[in-house]
Amino acid sequence: MPHPMRGATAITGLGMTPMGRIYGKSATELAADAVRTAIADAGLTKGDIDGLLINPGITGFTGGGISLPLQNYLGMTNLRLLNHMNAAGSTAAQMVQYAALAINAGIARHVVCVFADLPLSEGKSAGGAYGGAARNPGRPQGMAGLAPAAGFFGANTGYALAAQRHMALYGTNHDQLGTIAVGQRKWAGMSPISQMRDPITMEDYHNSRWIIEPLHLLDCCLVSNGAIAVIVSGAEDAVNMPQPPVYIWGMGQGHPGDPARHGFDPETETGARIAAETAYAMAGVGPEDVTQCQLYDCYTYTVLVTLEDYGFCKKGEGGAFVEDGKLGPGGTLPTNTGGGELSGYYMWGMTPLSEAVIQGRGQGGQRQVNNDVILCTGNGGMLSYHACLVLSPNRS
Amino acid sequence: MAEAAAPQKPLPQPDEASEPFFTGAMEGRLMIMRCTACGVARIPSRSHCDNCLSPDFEWEEASGRGTVHTFGVMHQKYHPGFFDELPYNLAVIELEEGPRLSTNLVGVENSAIRVGMPVVVDFQRYDDVALPKFRPA
Repeated sequence: MPHPMRGATAITGLGMTPMGRIYGKSATELAADAVRTAIADAGLTKGDIDGLLINPGITGFTGGGISLPLQNYLGMTNLRLLNHMNAAGSTAAQMVQYAALAINAGIARHVVCVFADLPLSEGKSAGGAYGGAARNPGRPQGMAGLAPAAGFFGANTGYALAAQRHMALYGTNHDQLGTIAVGQRKWAGMSPISQMRDPITMEDYHNSRWIIEPLHLLDCCLVSNGAIAVIVSGAEDAVNMPQPPVYIWGMGQGHPGDPARHGFDPETETGARIAAETAYAMAGVGPEDVTQCQLYDCYTYTVLVTLEDYGFCKKGEGGAFVEDGKLGPGGTLPTNTGGGELSGYYMWGMTPLSEAVIQGRGQGGQRQVNNDVILCTGNGGMLSYHACLVLSPNRS
Repeated sequence: MAEAAAPQKPLPQPDEASEPFFTGAMEGRLMIMRCTACGVARIPSRSHCDNCLSPDFEWEEASGRGTVHTFGVMHQKYHPGFFDELPYNLAVIELEEGPRLSTNLVGVENSAIRVGMPVVVDFQRYDDVALPKFRPA
């Protein structure tokens, strides 16, 4: 007997602004552009929307990020569901999950999930917004000051150290990580909305500068301004809406925490393992049924470890699994077909989600691949927060 | 004309909760907390044990011995106080007692650092604060 949530809801609208070095609009204005586009895409009017879930990106921390006042900017009245959510890069998938649960419970009918971010300023470096404690003036208080005093700054640090541990434990190497970067750049070349479309070679990868060893520049994602919104509706509504519905078959979350002590290995055993169990069970599928992956890829390493935790290969064998290029164009497990966050655009969890919707609708153009079962993941923190969706163009 | 002061590293300001740790550090002792209910050791400073949530704990001097859990080498310019030292290492040390500490290794070339390498604490003293660094054992 299938799970009652399987195929009960669908993604029915998608709105995307231009992304990248986009200037001249606030995060709120970008969000409004994305929401307006998504509502039109879904064939709805603003009055049809009765749920709004809001997720700022890094500007939620650094200032200027979207939050609850977005409702009034959008002039949305009579909402039955509203929240400002933050589980970092896992939020996009989580917003869709809470929307689907609310719709299934009869709380709301059409829920907008919107992400907007504005980390880039004209003339400033892309990495600046993600410097973390390096931004703070003065002396940090107490024990929280130990890490910045040791020069631990930014998200890059945690992922570099995680990749290092995987390499040490399992022999994962740069050729394997580089294969992910090169493959995704090939995909990006087939997507008109990707920021980085010029092909790269393995030599380019190896020669790209170190950010934090063992991560090269080309192991790291982009930083982008922009906004994306999706609309979630019930399956009964979805069949009468203009876009091909992308049905939600399964969902899951996994947040293993990091006790920072002996016996735990959060660098190599991530929340994806927990999320996978829930999502596969709900969807009634396993890794062998997945025809394409849209994985959160803040770093090449994130892709590799996520594939392991979703059971595509054994723990520690991610490097050997990806090194034949199976994730790239023409490969047996097409992954991050829009170029992902590495080469496409960095809208946190909306990057894999938007490409999953495009693929689920069959609108991927020359990069379209088999979309029967799409695994879409979101990851945030230092591999700390994880959420996923299993999507399909087929209701059952 | 006065020379501009060199950019400073962001040194921690001890607060009430971390006072025993930083006082110990000035004396060359690495202080940790141990839960008196379940016996699990932790890096200060938190009131509750993250294993059993007991608020009962005692301070204890760690052996100072540990191993490199993982590490990296920073090349990116984040904070001006570190620009002169680039590239510098970052290390997570698993103490013999179990908890892990984010720090740096001293007395070793970056290229010679390995996961699992045994290390021992080596305090770096500033005017009013000392920081636990580690060197190969």
